[in-house]
Amino acid sequence: MPSFLDILTEALGLILSWERALSEIVILSLRVTLTAVVISCVLGLPLGAMVGAFRFPGRGLLTVILNALMGLPPVVVGLMVYLTLSASGPMGALQLLYTPAAMIIAQTILVTPIVAALTKQVVEDLHGEYAEQFASFGLTARDRIAALLWDARYSLLTVALAGFGRAVAEVGAVLIVGGNINHVTRMMTTTIALETSKGNLELALALGLLLLGIAVIVNASVMALRASAVRATYA
Amino acid sequence: MLRRHIFSLTASALLALALPGATAAQDQFIVVQSTTSTQNSGLFEQILPLFQDQTDIEVRVVAVGTGQAIKNAMNGDGDVLFVHAKAAEEAFVAEGHGVERFDVMYNDFVIVGPPSDPAGVAGTRDVVAALTKIAEVQAPFASRGDDSGTHKAELRLWKEVGIDAQAASGGWYRETGSGMGATLNTGAGMGAYILTDRATWIAYGNKGDYQIVVEGDPKMFNQYGIILVNPEKHPTVKAEAGQAFIDWVLSEAGQQAIADYMIEGKQLFFPNAGG
Amino acid sequence: MRDMAPDTSLAMAEAPSATPPILATRALCYEAGGKRRIDTVTLSIHARRRTMIMGANGAGKSVLLRLMHGLLKPTQGAVLWHGQSQSAVARGAQAMVFQRPIMLRRSARANLKFALGARGIRGAACAEQAEQGLAMANLSDIAHSPARLLSSGEQQRLAVARALICKPELLFLDEPTSSLDPASTQMIEDLVNAAHAQGVTIVMVTHDLGQARRMGDDVIFLHAGQVAESGRLSDVLSQPRAPSTRAWLQGRLYTDATL
Repeated sequence: MPSFLDILTEALGLILSWERALSEIVILSLRVTLTAVVISCVLGLPLGAMVGAFRFPGRGLLTVILNALMGLPPVVVGLMVYLTLSASGPMGALQLLYTPAAMIIAQTILVTPIVAALTKQVVEDLHGEYAEQFASFGLTARDRIAALLWDARYSLLTVALAGFGRAVAEVGAVLIVGGNINHVTRMMTTTIALETSKGNLELALALGLLLLGIAVIVNASVMALRASAVRATYA
Repeated sequence: MLRRHIFSLTASALLALALPGATAAQDQFIVVQSTTSTQNSGLFEQILPLFQDQTDIEVRVVAVGTGQAIKNAMNGDGDVLFVHAKAAEEAFVAEGHGVERFDVMYNDFVIVGPPSDPAGVAGTRDVVAALTKIAEVQAPFASRGDDSGTHKAELRLWKEVGIDAQAASGGWYRETGSGMGATLNTGAGMGAYILTDRATWIAYGNKGDYQIVVEGDPKMFNQYGIILVNPEKHPTVKAEAGQAFIDWVLSEAGQQAIADYMIEGKQLFFPNAGG
Repeated sequence: MRDMAPDTSLAMAEAPSATPPILATRALCYEAGGKRRIDTVTLSIHARRRTMIMGANGAGKSVLLRLMHGLLKPTQGAVLWHGQSQSAVARGAQAMVFQRPIMLRRSARANLKFALGARGIRGAACAEQAEQGLAMANLSDIAHSPARLLSSGEQQRLAVARALICKPELLFLDEPTSSLDPASTQMIEDLVNAAHAQGVTIVMVTHDLGQARRMGDDVIFLHAGQVAESGRLSDVLSQPRAPSTRAWLQGRLYTDATL
């Protein structure tokens, strides 16, 4: 077996000799993951804010469910989405199985509970501070949610990043619903799994490093944005 | 301002969701449920472009274990089934899920092992004798354990040996529950013997000091078959395009393409359609 | 000697105006944690007057203010606004400034605009009133600054301006100057007095006797969740009748523990 150092050297060489096939995989990964994260935020931010800011019957149960869903194994989500989108499943007529849309759906299901549960925490703290003033203003529920989300926006960036982290590193669900089809649904993580199973450890590691690099870049740019914005407008 | 950015970001993301795959240029595509061994060997990358150039039908391959491939096809999630477990394939057709089964090609299974060869089976031709010895000395043996074609073939061989290897599961007999390549990675890591198809082995990039110890027994023959999923059972099946692919694979051109696929000068699959 | 209920009703009879009260409470009770924090409080707030609510720590001043504003729901009794029961509409005609200003994580100007927006004031009117508010609080130069980075004096000025630009009929203030220096305190008092001059009714909790003397028309003394005594501020201060009031004025009563 080649040493880790050999593999690492070769991996770096592979990244440097950037190939078109690789860029296609990276672009698809980002497209699927970012879309899933954006949809998860559209769904999860208001949901989390609602649970965080209001007292209503079933709130405790909803919180428990959201927290439990955070730990949902990707493979289980993949199976659920597969069974739903399968030609013999309830939504087979949509013909979404083995498409990027199917992967986006699976990742959205994985990420939304994370976004909602973390948003709940952030908003709950902020609402504790604002509640009396909002009551004095006589704000409607909708305005409260909007104001809380807006004022927590920089903390919520971190929430979105947590969702991104879960989605971008996920392989179990997208493998099942995407099928890892070359040029169609092959993402970075599924390629890493495939190349590992082919024994091409150098390529797999190269892709792993690339994935790590992309995750670092995304995180660093969001945190830099947050830091400068916080300094400028927020305290 | 930022609000507008978020809005446009959301809008474009939703748009991206609605758009088809960036590289799915062809209007028509079929889904082929196939096995990891064909995919990992690189065969599809060799032959599919030839077919696609000729017909403008894009072939999307979902490579999973034979067992899962058959189940997916039973759900109608695929137009063509291309696997290697003859008995299961015939059952698939008999139950009405498939139209008809055709032989496509074969290769053979080999047993690979560490250079130390703890069971002393290197050079053996007789697979039954080799497996018997491995079981006797309780040398580590890594099994796919995933209901794949290779796994079914391995279980068939143990049956002939007359040893209930699965009873030793967790001991010297180790089921990885994963694909061929993953099982090679895992098995090599623990110095185990592994039954693998020759194509995957030749294409496998992480051989290390492992080598073939048992080969050439007719019992290790590995036949691949191709079946059109029954459109009468599953109306979403693209029968015409699927049949076009099957016809091509069985045609002289298709068979030649399979024969032409070599790695390091070694032919991986031997076409035998109609034979 | 203990406070007597008749004392309370007597104080009510001394109400400084014959006109009906802008806000009144009827046998208001509030319990929290098994403890009665407000006990059968009946009082009246008269329009265009500045009512000081005073009393020892724990007497229930802040709780009473929140009950009157509708931030807390009474366990028993009622709050009447212009003789009708307190409602969301009523709260729209009231505003409140808290002891520690609650600033949104936005600029000073955006804080004002948010309050206006909550009252349905948008567009040009909103922008104009926000500028007026900034000018009123003398914060026009730092309108863009994040509100939470302002000094505590500036934040409280902004909070008062934010309450006043919505043109409330009644302004509640809960010890608005308790953590401010004399200069900042002066500016807050000026803002409140200017609002009063324009007809805004003021209800303010304060610990500061000097401030009460400077600003108060009427006073309500609370003791152990009950009204100990109320009436014209000058009368009550010159001739306190309730023992708890006397004790407090003499500096002997800091909490409601004894007496």
